[in-house]
Amino acid sequence: MRRIFLTLAVLGLIGLAAFYVLTIPRTIDPEEIAGLTGDVTRGEAVFYQGGCASCHSAPNAEGDEKLKLTGGRKFPSPFGTFFAPNISPDPVNGIGSWTTANLVNAMKFGTSPTGRHYFPAFPYTSYARVPVADMVDLKAFMDTLPAVDNPNQPHDVPFPFNIRRSLGGWKLLFLSGKPVVDAGDMTDEQLRGQRLAEGLGHCSECHTPRNILGGVIKSRWMGGAPNPEGKGKVPNLTPHKDGLAWSQSDIAEYLKSGFTPEFDTAGSLMADVIDNSAHWSDADRLAVGAYLKVLPEVAKKK
Amino acid sequence: MKSTKFVTALVLSVALTATTAIADAHLNNAVGARQAQMTLYGFNLGTLGGMAQGKIEYDAEAAQKAADNLAKLTSLDQSALWPAGSDNFAMGNVTRAKPEIWDNFPDVFAKVAASNEAAVAMAEAAGGGLDSLRGAIGPLGQACSACHKAYRAPKE
Repeated sequence: MRRIFLTLAVLGLIGLAAFYVLTIPRTIDPEEIAGLTGDVTRGEAVFYQGGCASCHSAPNAEGDEKLKLTGGRKFPSPFGTFFAPNISPDPVNGIGSWTTANLVNAMKFGTSPTGRHYFPAFPYTSYARVPVADMVDLKAFMDTLPAVDNPNQPHDVPFPFNIRRSLGGWKLLFLSGKPVVDAGDMTDEQLRGQRLAEGLGHCSECHTPRNILGGVIKSRWMGGAPNPEGKGKVPNLTPHKDGLAWSQSDIAEYLKSGFTPEFDTAGSLMADVIDNSAHWSDADRLAVGAYLKVLPEVAKKK
Repeated sequence: MKSTKFVTALVLSVALTATTAIADAHLNNAVGARQAQMTLYGFNLGTLGGMAQGKIEYDAEAAQKAADNLAKLTSLDQSALWPAGSDNFAMGNVTRAKPEIWDNFPDVFAKVAASNEAAVAMAEAAGGGLDSLRGAIGPLGQACSACHKAYRAPKE
């Protein structure tokens, strides 16, 4: 009896130790970014590819106001309500005191400068696929934006989801940084679209449904999902007959002007996305179109 | 006496049902009318957008007509098209109009007025060559999107 108890205690300790080690927030080896210098112009392009302002500008901000990354937008979820933080260069309430490595750790590993796990409302599951050099450029550009001292609002996340350490386990399940779609022999254009759509564009964060733990269901990649903000659905982008029937150039045109082939205009959260993709190059928009056309087909959920 | 009560109750309930039906018809008509107006926007925008995108050959006269139509359509008084209770929570999937519209009427009508300004600018530009038309199409699309962004739910 005593022996069983001892064995269980030892196994329990090993388990705890393993959990502790496996859930340590990861960070980048500083050597990896030591030789890189940020390019502001390239960083501006990265900024619009990543859609940073859609979540981090003030609620209802338009035009140049969108360059003030004050935070404060609200994101309801089944796990609680998240509030986007201030990521303007303000040294106190923003991220003005961050190093480039801090930004890389946030985007690639969802790790804060103080070594805590970020909630995945911040789409680092997608950004983890982005080359580190892009993040270094982004940092250079973000440093040029106006500093705003708007204070941060704490997330409203109840127990048990507020235990940050458990996100280490969540990351083991859902954070890999690997590309998702393997459509065989893909063209350079399709691969370019994949890098953008699966990485900075973070399309799948809304267009792919999530499981009970909040991880995206890869077998239904880009197959449409409930609207996180309420009624209606986020559309299925796959070439299935239940999905998107648009041509590659239709998709590129939509990302440029917001006009659908029927001359409806983008609305809801997608209108925020178009505010960003309107700044992309034609080649980028066409590349995303090319990628969407080779997505594995996903049928409507019965 | 008993039968009088019964008749009164019957008359009342029929009247109530009829009132509800009239109210429903009133809301449904308003939804139908505003969706028809959106269809007319889209139809005329299709001519201008098709030319801007190079899918239709530029034709100054056709462009001018479509742009004039849009300027007129966006100037119509819409106050009767948006009765209280005709949102997507009260009426379900027949409409995508979010309840926020009724909390922000001044903003909604400011956005409608902005769409009219963009359409008038298009009417001044559309007949003056393809580049001139192209210059006016972006702001016009953005004026449409401004309202759709804030006040229209995604499709079911």
